[in-house]
Formats: sequence, C-alpha cells, structure tokens
Amino acid sequence: MHELSICQALLTQVTQITRTAGAREVARVVVEVGPLAGVEPGLLNSAFEVMRTGGCASHATLLIESVEIRVSCEICGLVSAAVANRLLCGHCGAYRTRVVCGEELRLLRVELRTVDPSRVLN
Amino acid sequence: MCRDCGCSVPPESPGQIVEVVQDLLAENDRVAAHNRGHFDDQGVLAINLMSSPGAGKTALLEATIVALQDRIRIAVIEGDLATDNDTVRIRSRGVPAVQITTGSACHLDARRVHEALHALPLAQLDLLFIENVGNLVCPAAFDLGQHRNVTLLSVTEGDDKPAKYPVIFRASDLVVLSKVDLLDVIDDFHPAKAAEALRSLGRETPMIQTAVRRRPAIGAWLTWIEAQLSARRGRYRRVSASRSLAMSPTSASGG
Repeated sequence: MHELSICQALLTQVTQITRTAGAREVARVVVEVGPLAGVEPGLLNSAFEVMRTGGCASHATLLIESVEIRVSCEICGLVSAAVANRLLCGHCGAYRTRVVCGEELRLLRVELRTVDPSRVLN
Repeated sequence: MCRDCGCSVPPESPGQIVEVVQDLLAENDRVAAHNRGHFDDQGVLAINLMSSPGAGKTALLEATIVALQDRIRIAVIEGDLATDNDTVRIRSRGVPAVQITTGSACHLDARRVHEALHALPLAQLDLLFIENVGNLVCPAAFDLGQHRNVTLLSVTEGDDKPAKYPVIFRASDLVVLSKVDLLDVIDDFHPAKAAEALRSLGRETPMIQTAVRRRPAIGAWLTWIEAQLSARRGRYRRVSASRSLAMSPTSASGG
C-alpha cells in the first residue's frame, strides 16, 4: 500500500499549488499513472478519498488518466504497443526495447474553485 | 447574495486551472539525489537489495560479509516492518548496521535512508547494502539514492515472478536466483523459465545463482560486486583528481 505515500506526496503538491494561487479550495485533481509506475489506480483513489479530509482538497475529485505502454525497438527502430510483462517489439519480436511511455506518475492539472467577487452582491 | 437568482449561495466561477506536469515523487527523488551525492562524495557503492519476504536477503548478506570483510569495508541499512532481528544478525558479523523500523510502511523511502546515513561512518566505507522491506511491489517505486538495484528470487517461489512483478524486476540491475541448492528437491522451478520471463521485460538484466546453506556458492555474486566496486573506484578517483585540480592554487590563478 505505498499508494498512501504517493497520495501524501500528491496532496502536498496540490496544497502548495492552491496556496500559491490564493485559491479557496480544489475542485479536481488530474494525475497520470502509467502501468509501469507500480501504482494501482484503484488504491490511489481510495487513499485520496481518505487522506483529502480536512485540507483544501476535501471536496475534490481525483481523475486518474491512464497511459498505454509503448516501446521503441533498438533493433528495427519501430514503436509498438506492449503490456507490462511483455515489453517486446510488436514488429520484429526483439527484446531490446526502450519504454517510450507507460512509466508516468505525474500530477497534470489542479482545478481550483475561486469565488468571483464581481458576481456576489453585498 | 447571488446576482443571477437572488439566492444566498455565492456562485461558482469556472475557477482556475493550473497546469502542472510534475512527478509525484519529485520530493523523494530530490532526497534520493542528495543521498547519492553523499555516497559519491565518500566513494561508497550503495546497493539496494529487494525481494519478497524470506528470499534470503539477510542470509546472503551474512555470507557476503564473511567473504569480503577482510578487503572491503561494508555496512548495512536494514529496513523491516518490525523487530531488529536482522540488524542483530548483521552486527554479529562485525560490521556497522542501522535499523529502520518502518511500522506499517511497506517500503523504504529516500528520507528514511537519509536519516539512517547520519548514523554510519560513510567516510570509512566502501560498500553499503540497503536491505529493503521484503516486498516485491512497493519498494520498486522509490529511489533511495542507490547506485544499483538487486532483486533476489528464491527458487522456492514461482519462476514466473518476473512476469507477475514486472516493475521491480525491470528496475533491477541484477537478479539473484537464491537457494539454488534446493533445486534438486523442487521440481517446478526452472531457471530458464525465470530467465525468459525476465528477458520479456525488455532488458538484458543479468541473472546469477547463489546458495548459502547446504552447498554454499556465491562466487558469481562476489564477482559482480567486485566489478561494480572497481568501476566505482575508477570513477571516484577521476572525480577526486578533478576536484583537487580545481582547488589547486595554480589552476585557480589560471596559470
């Protein structure tokens, strides 16, 4: 359950961004998790639901965007789709490949909720 | 009051969207780089040892210490959920060992390792083993500042482990098949199958075999360590030489 540690790091970053922007609270957090990041999206979501309580993200939703694994072949040079435990070239079958995407574990976007003073009457 | 309908609830503005794109583990990676800096400054090779529980990490370390401690100055950081049993085992071999008890945390992270570093005489070391918490999932996500990742796979586990835990095996610089002295009584573990599963991860990760109990055999492991150490020593000498050159008065005066 290292998703708890990952979620803690996520909330620290989100809180800092919210503070810097001078916003009231967070509406939505968007992260990107590749299949090779070693993070289970479902567990990260559960961790977020528990750990967001009491902070600026306490009413925020978490959107986890997934990424497809793609490998670049060092033999034939082509890029192909792959699955986590079979990262071979889809064209020539070579095992000398480089993962082009699928390892991402990134915060992409924070959607903040701000009160627009021009639309509120005293 | 809201201007649109007269209700007392302030209206939601569209809000502000902050595009970020930053690694979630950026802070851990920063501390890991700091740890690596400590190791490099002192010329210490740091090896992160990972495996499932009971694959034989501590036993391999004990045998390694016995074989190398006359020539190589070794220390160990022990990560465990509970108990300091492994630390006691390592210390009884006569090398410094620092315990990190993680409680319910299933992995070590760079900050915990950094705290442990201050309890070690880094300047008097050549080789530091970081024995991670026994777990094939969580430790893979956290850089500790190590130079090499080693994952043990004991032959009492399945030979399809690399396919089941691709993230950790992909992150490994070396896979050690441990307890191979049991192969003659275990009929469902085939080293060739494990090697094939490892190769399917798209890396040419070397796989060596070790045994420490019935018929001890750790020669290939010791050879691998020695090779990593000499590569590091060469690099350390070059760095030290360029530093002392940079600090000498002649080069500082441009002469």
